[in-house]
Amino acid sequence: MGRERMFNAAMVLALVLVPLWAWMTAEPFIITLATKVAILALAGVGLNIALGLGGLISLGHAAFFGIGGYAMGILASHAQTATPLMEWPFLIEGTNQMPVIWLVAVVASALAALIIGALSLRTSGVYFIMITLAFGQMLFYFAISWSAYGGEDGLSIWVRNEFPGVNTLDPIQFLAICYVILGAVLVFAARLARSPFGLALSAARQTSERVETVGLTPFRLRLTAFVISGAITGLAGALFADLNRFISPTMLSWHTSGEIMVFVILGGVGRLYGPVVGAALYILLEHLLGGVSDYWQVFLGVLLLLIVLFARGGLIGAITGREVAHD
Amino acid sequence: MTEPVLRVQNICKSFGALKASDDVSLDLYPGEIHALIGPNGAGKSTLIKQICGGLMPDSGRIEVLGRDVTTLDTVARARMGLGRTFQISSLAMEFTVLQNAVLGALGARGKAFRFFGNVMKDETLLAPARRALERVGLEEDASRRTADLSHGQRRQLEVAVALTLEPRLFLLDEPMAGLGGGGSKALTAFLDELRHEAPILLVEHDMDAVFALADRISVLVYGKVIATGTAEDIRANAEVRRAYLGEEDAA
Ligand SMILES: Nc1ncnc2c1ncn2[C@@H]1O[C@H](COP(=O)(O)OP(=O)(O)OP(=O)(O)O)[C@@H](O)[C@H]1O
Ligand SMILES: [Mg+2]
Repeated sequence: MGRERMFNAAMVLALVLVPLWAWMTAEPFIITLATKVAILALAGVGLNIALGLGGLISLGHAAFFGIGGYAMGILASHAQTATPLMEWPFLIEGTNQMPVIWLVAVVASALAALIIGALSLRTSGVYFIMITLAFGQMLFYFAISWSAYGGEDGLSIWVRNEFPGVNTLDPIQFLAICYVILGAVLVFAARLARSPFGLALSAARQTSERVETVGLTPFRLRLTAFVISGAITGLAGALFADLNRFISPTMLSWHTSGEIMVFVILGGVGRLYGPVVGAALYILLEHLLGGVSDYWQVFLGVLLLLIVLFARGGLIGAITGREVAHD
Repeated sequence: MTEPVLRVQNICKSFGALKASDDVSLDLYPGEIHALIGPNGAGKSTLIKQICGGLMPDSGRIEVLGRDVTTLDTVARARMGLGRTFQISSLAMEFTVLQNAVLGALGARGKAFRFFGNVMKDETLLAPARRALERVGLEEDASRRTADLSHGQRRQLEVAVALTLEPRLFLLDEPMAGLGGGGSKALTAFLDELRHEAPILLVEHDMDAVFALADRISVLVYGKVIATGTAEDIRANAEVRRAYLGEEDAA
């Protein structure tokens, strides 16, 4: 455990020091990159609960990311035009308050995960991957045709939403918000993995036969994990929309699902900081190599292949060795 | 007369043309060890699977504690108090030995939907888990990775997990396999005591253990029970000698 702890601490330090340095030298672009890392990492932490702990290979997490994004887009766009979402049977107005937006994003994506999970968790293996993918694509095409909220072109929000007592327009303050959320969710994910539920879920990943024999239903464990996982990824979607002040169907595309999965695999499936490391590496590569060559994703592909073939624990596994079963 | 804890009535199960269970009936009474023996492929594990709910019989009826469970699933039957071990170990291989035992304690106590608190610090789970490991002689191995255990130790852990469930009856599928002489002697002595906690349906190839332990023995050949009786009855049974024990003598 020692080495992984140290590695994680180094990661946290880097995530704090780099933007701090950028802030002092007035490099807002670096701060924006760090914010992006934090938000994408958060989406990955969500996926990692389903994928790493539950062994559920979901290729549809863009659905939750997108639902979180559209929750923000819809609420904020109504707030900026001062038109209610609906008036009947009761009045619902838009809002530009982040806490409310987050709550709506979390509840909406959890609900979507409950429905998608209840249907797709009856299958397993390749079928599960395909069904989650299909649900994601369904939402993607729905968003494209949803002209009220920009359809294919997406929707811009002119001003970043507000958080009481914080100037969210200041990049470093918005970054702080994202860090606090990521930190809180990491603590939650760590505790979840160590909880009774985490043990049972992890057992269901390894042998569902055994789990049934001790009187637990794997389906229920997996569905619960899927809902928690979707809710976290949905929250990340809302933050991502606020970072860009823009939403579009791209957030819902299977390409986005693939990217979130890439973060997790790069950093290390089932490792607490796996998605953080993965997202940081991804953004770093995109930033460094993207300038050199338009084909930077080819390098990413090679790296991914090497990790899948030779380092099952991702970058964290390669550096810190096999995970020690917790005690 | 006391009621049987388990009653299997006229179970039939075919895999295509193969009759894995051919009108099988047997029962298990409190305090008893009922051994189920038979050559490889006779259908012993298939019968255990049907009793546990992992496999639906084509026809017939299964009663546990006087209740018809034929249509219940594995989870519901486990909750009724079935403590089963698998012939081919089915353990969480990435877990430590203790974690596997805690999983059993957790399932039996319905605590799986707790999202906070360190499960490996919960004394209400650790205590029964440790006790179960102690009883099968695995206490020294508690913090080892399950994947690193020997074949015999995995069999012991299977039994320990079943113990954490505090079941009403045990269904043990070849718990002695891979244990070696000393190990199977120890387990024989242990099972001898265990029958007073809950009766045991014991599938076993180790004939010394079977004849030492069993109150009754049923012999399964090609899916059919060809004889049921005490150890003496079975030893003396000509058909059994021909079909099964004869092979052992020859070997
Ligand atoms: N799911 C299945 N599909 C088809 N055939 C099966 C299936 N399960 C078991 N069988 C067959 O049913 C027969 C009985 O198998 P079973 O595993 O119950 O035997 P067993 O008595 O436990 O043997 P052993 O002593 O080797 O453990 C075997 O011929 C086996 O190949
Ligand atoms: Mg068998």
